[in-house]
Amino acid sequence: MTREVASQQNGSPASPPHQSQADCGCGHDHAHVNPASGEPLIQARDLTVEFGGRVALDQVNLTVHRNEIVTLIGPNGAGKSTLIRALLQAIKPNKGDVWRRHGLVIGYVPQRLNIDPIMPMTVKRFLSIPSPHSLAECKQALHSVGADQTLEQPVQSLSGGEFQRVLLARAILRKPDLLVLDEPVQGVDFQGQTELYRLISRLRERNGFGILMVSHDLHIVMAETDRVVCINGHVCCSGAPTQVSDSPEYLALFGGQTKPGLAVYHHLHDHTHDGMASQQHTHSLNVDHPDKPDVAQKERN
Amino acid sequence: MEDFLLRALIAGVGVALISGPLGCFVVWRRMAYFGDTLAHSALLGVALGLLLGFNLTLGIVATAIMIALLVTLFQHQKRIASDTLLGILAHSSLAISLVVLGLLQGYRVDLLSYLFGDVLAVTLEDIYWIYGGGTIALALLGYIWKDLLALTLHEELARAEGINITLTQTLFMVTVAIVIAIAMKVVGVLLITSLLIIPAAAARRFARTPEQMAAIAALIGGASVVAGLFGSLQWDTPSGPSVVVAQLLLFLGSLLAGSLLRSVRP
Repeated sequence: MTREVASQQNGSPASPPHQSQADCGCGHDHAHVNPASGEPLIQARDLTVEFGGRVALDQVNLTVHRNEIVTLIGPNGAGKSTLIRALLQAIKPNKGDVWRRHGLVIGYVPQRLNIDPIMPMTVKRFLSIPSPHSLAECKQALHSVGADQTLEQPVQSLSGGEFQRVLLARAILRKPDLLVLDEPVQGVDFQGQTELYRLISRLRERNGFGILMVSHDLHIVMAETDRVVCINGHVCCSGAPTQVSDSPEYLALFGGQTKPGLAVYHHLHDHTHDGMASQQHTHSLNVDHPDKPDVAQKERN
Repeated sequence: MEDFLLRALIAGVGVALISGPLGCFVVWRRMAYFGDTLAHSALLGVALGLLLGFNLTLGIVATAIMIALLVTLFQHQKRIASDTLLGILAHSSLAISLVVLGLLQGYRVDLLSYLFGDVLAVTLEDIYWIYGGGTIALALLGYIWKDLLALTLHEELARAEGINITLTQTLFMVTVAIVIAIAMKVVGVLLITSLLIIPAAAARRFARTPEQMAAIAALIGGASVVAGLFGSLQWDTPSGPSVVVAQLLLFLGSLLAGSLLRSVRP
C-alpha cells in the first residue's frame, strides 16, 4: 500500500490553520472548487487508529472549514465511521491528533438512531434532549428543515426521511459551527434524498456551517460538495465532484433533471489495495474512462 | 387506622415514589436482570453487616455498589456473556450470604423477611432511612436525568455532545444501589426488581414523554402499595408478595385500558 497521494496532498501540518486543499493532487481542474472559504473548524492531523493491532486509519489528514461541505466516501470497512468517531473524540487515536477550533460546537447526526418504542418520546421532547429549548425555537428549527407537522408526533411514527429532518433540526438547535452527518440519506428514497441534499445545502447557505458528511455511495455525492475525500484506511484521493449537469450519462439516468442535487465523483487513484479485505474497491474504475462512468458498475457500499 | 399499617403505607409509598421513575430507566436501558443481580447481592450486604457489625442499610448500599462496579469491570471482557456473568454474581452472592447467615449462630435472623420483605414490621427508623435515602436517590436521578436520557438514546451522540458518560453511569448505579437498599424493607431481595419494572411497564401506555412515564410509574407504584397492603390485611396474606400481585393486576389493567384507549382514538 502506498500513501503517496495522501502525503502529497496534505503534508504534515504542524499547527492549524493548515490550508492545502487547493492542490489536492488528483489532477482535475479545480477552478470551480471553493476551497477554504472560511476559518478552519476541525482538523485531523496524521491520525492513526488501530484496533487490536489492525490499522483502521493510517496517518489521515483532513480539515473542514466554515462554510465548506466535505463529503467522505469509501468502501465498507474503509474507516469512514472510525474517522468520524475519532473527530468526535469518541475514540482515542494511537498516533496523531484532532485539533478543534476553541469552543467548537458540533451538531452530530449519527448513522442510526433507533428510539425503542419502550421509551415514549414526542418530537417536541426529543428536540430538547439534553438541553432544553423553547417551543418557539423548536418550531423554528422544524420549520427550517420542513418538518413542521411532526412537532407533536411520537418519533417512532416518523418515516425515515422525516426522522432525518428531525435529527437535523435537533443538531441545528445546538447552534453548531460544524455539522457532522453520517450517511444522512441512507434508507431514504431517491426523491427524499435529493430533497434532503437541497435542505443541507440551504442550511449551509443560511448559517455558514461547516459540513462533514459521510456518503453511502462511492460515486454519487451531494452536488454542493466542495471537496470529496475518498478514504480506504488512508486518504486515497480527494477533489471536487463533477456536476451531474456536466455529465450527459448521469443526466440521462436522472431523467433529464438539470439540477438533481447530486454530483459525480471521479476517483483518481495511483494504487490498488491488493490483499486487503476491500478488494471490490477497484480504483481504476473511473480513471480508465473518466468521461464515461458506467453506472451499472457503480459500487454501492 | 392501626399504627403499623400507617407506617407500612408511608414506607411503601415512599419507596414507590422513587422506584417508579428509576424503574423507567431500568426498563429503557434493558437492565432488569442487572437490577435483579444487585438486589440479590443486597442480602450479602445484610450478612456482612451482621458479621462485621456495621449498619445494615449502609452495608447493602456498599455491597450493591461493589457488585455494580464488578459488573462494569467485567463487561470489558468478551469471554463470559454479560447475562451469564450477572447470573453468576446474583446467585453466588445470594448463596454466600445464606452460608454466612448460617454460620452466624448467635443471631436469630428472620430470613423470610429479608427475602420477601416485612413492611408491616417497619419501624420509625426504617421510615427515616427510606425517606432520607429516597430523597438522595431522587435528587441524584433528577441531577443526571437529562444526560442519562441522552445516553440511553445514543451513547456516541451523547459523548459527541460533551456528556460525561462515566460519571452519569456511575451516579445511576449508585442511585439503583440506594433504592435497592430502601426497597428491601418493603418487598425483600427476591421481589425488588418488580417494584422497579412493573409500574414502569404499566405506565408506558399512558405516557407520551419520558417524564410522563416516570410520573405515572410513581403513581401506579404508590397505588399498588396501598392496594397490596389493604389486600394483605383483608385476606391475611404476606405483605410484600401482595404488593407485587397488586402491581401485576394494575399492569394487566393497563394493557386492557391501553387497548381500549387505542380503539376509541385510533
